[in-house]
Amino acid sequence: MKKIRLGSGAGYSGDRIEPAVELAEKGNIQYLCFECLAERTIAIAQQAKMKDPDAGYDPLLVARMEAVLTLCHQKGIKIITNMGAANPLAGAKKIKEIAQKLNIKGLKIAAVTGDDVLVAIRSQELIIEETGADLSTIKDKLVSANAYLGAGPIVEALKGGADIVITGRVADPALFIAPLLHEFGWSPDDWNLMGQATVVGHLLECAGQITGGYFADPGFKDVPGVGHLGFPIAEVGADGSVVITKVDDAGGMVTLSTCKEQLLYEIHNPATYYTPDVIANFTGVSMTEIAKDQILVTGGTGAARTGLLKVSLGYVDSYIGEGQISYAGPGAVNRGYLALDIIKERLELTGVKTQEIRYDLMGVNSLHGEKLSNGHEPYEVRVRVAGRTETMPEAIRIGNEVETLYTNGPAGGGGAWKSAREVVAMVSVLIPASLVHPIVHYEVI
Amino acid sequence: MKLRELAHSRTGDKGNTSNISVIAYDLVNFPLLARQVTAERVKAFFADIVQGEVVRYELPNLGALNFVMYQALGGGVTRTLALDIHGKALSSALMELEIDPNS
Repeated sequence: MKKIRLGSGAGYSGDRIEPAVELAEKGNIQYLCFECLAERTIAIAQQAKMKDPDAGYDPLLVARMEAVLTLCHQKGIKIITNMGAANPLAGAKKIKEIAQKLNIKGLKIAAVTGDDVLVAIRSQELIIEETGADLSTIKDKLVSANAYLGAGPIVEALKGGADIVITGRVADPALFIAPLLHEFGWSPDDWNLMGQATVVGHLLECAGQITGGYFADPGFKDVPGVGHLGFPIAEVGADGSVVITKVDDAGGMVTLSTCKEQLLYEIHNPATYYTPDVIANFTGVSMTEIAKDQILVTGGTGAARTGLLKVSLGYVDSYIGEGQISYAGPGAVNRGYLALDIIKERLELTGVKTQEIRYDLMGVNSLHGEKLSNGHEPYEVRVRVAGRTETMPEAIRIGNEVETLYTNGPAGGGGAWKSAREVVAMVSVLIPASLVHPIVHYEVI
Repeated sequence: MKLRELAHSRTGDKGNTSNISVIAYDLVNFPLLARQVTAERVKAFFADIVQGEVVRYELPNLGALNFVMYQALGGGVTRTLALDIHGKALSSALMELEIDPNS
């Protein structure tokens, strides 16, 4: 029976480089997929593209491609990635440049565009999913609007002979569903197969999070070799059944527990996981350990897709100013609380207006508040003040006030740090798929 | 005993919504977890943090519960003032939950 082996080369934009090289070298894979596009990344990439029309693709695109391109070309491994971010066309051109520099010949690179719907949605009356407000309330502040595309255009690119497919916003599992549709000739309307393919994609899209990354808890959940964690491989059969595994000598582990944690990661109702391709149902999924580091996963099902696409909107929302400073030794907590009181008074005295502000003592209450914190006296604490403002100058004032604790605050404050940044916030709307027109472009060398 | 001895957990985030999985190490303990780790208890546990409702989903095949907590992330990863912008450390906090093995 035909089997396809997919490797997951990155779980987020800044992820490690060398596990993908290990997969290309030793993974016996046919496809290497890189998921590198978090929700907000595309809005930031859009701002970069506005300043420079050749920018707006993933900052690590060059490093990743330089690392794997020669190997993948030699072995015939196809690459699928959303590293195009706000500018897949420029990303494809960049890959072509790198390939030429590496003396690679006979390479077809496909760029998928059409996810950028900033112009199309301006004329629509839409409701923001998160707040229920009308889209018009943030229209003037929009910096990006990208629809989550499904597997369709990636399949088209693979049918068109692409060795590398680079996209902007697509649903994360689509990067993995597309090669399965292409290789097995599944119908995109076979909802149960699409549901199971979504399980495969969901398990692989965070890379190391299923091979023992983000899992270790010494004494309870021990993981071997986390410093050289291997990234996952999915070996998929024509019936959709999948074995999750890794390169034998790579660090980490694939167990029932690592697979279960990843299956439920970022899932709400497991019976209705909405994607552009299918409404996937994870409730019938079962997992069996068939050998060490080999977990068989079956039972994903699905129902017909809705025909609506989620659009992620980035808009300039506010500014956040922040400052931190540390206190240590006896009385550190009291001096930390005194420092927070001083900042409160200073911001009031100097008229810094904030929409929202929080005063944390790291080491005491910064993560989960007073109730869940135990009240032990730590050796050291770190004061943290973060406030949201309408203007950048006010945001800067917050960090400055914390910094002035050096010469004006409680005794022994050290390691002050400050920042002020623009906040590009994200919300989403749903639009009919008929408003979105994906296009596949090719570069050939 | 603590929940940590019976189950493991991972937090995920989407917008201002957090989800926490609670997965039994041993399927035998799933009914005990299902009885004791209720949506009400999780909501009370995170009373300072979660502003919205908590909904529980069950996956008996996998011995897992999934808690979806609304208005839990200070506005979500892109605009929250919280140090842990994703709320990733919430799952570790929940491992402190007290479980009565004789219930």
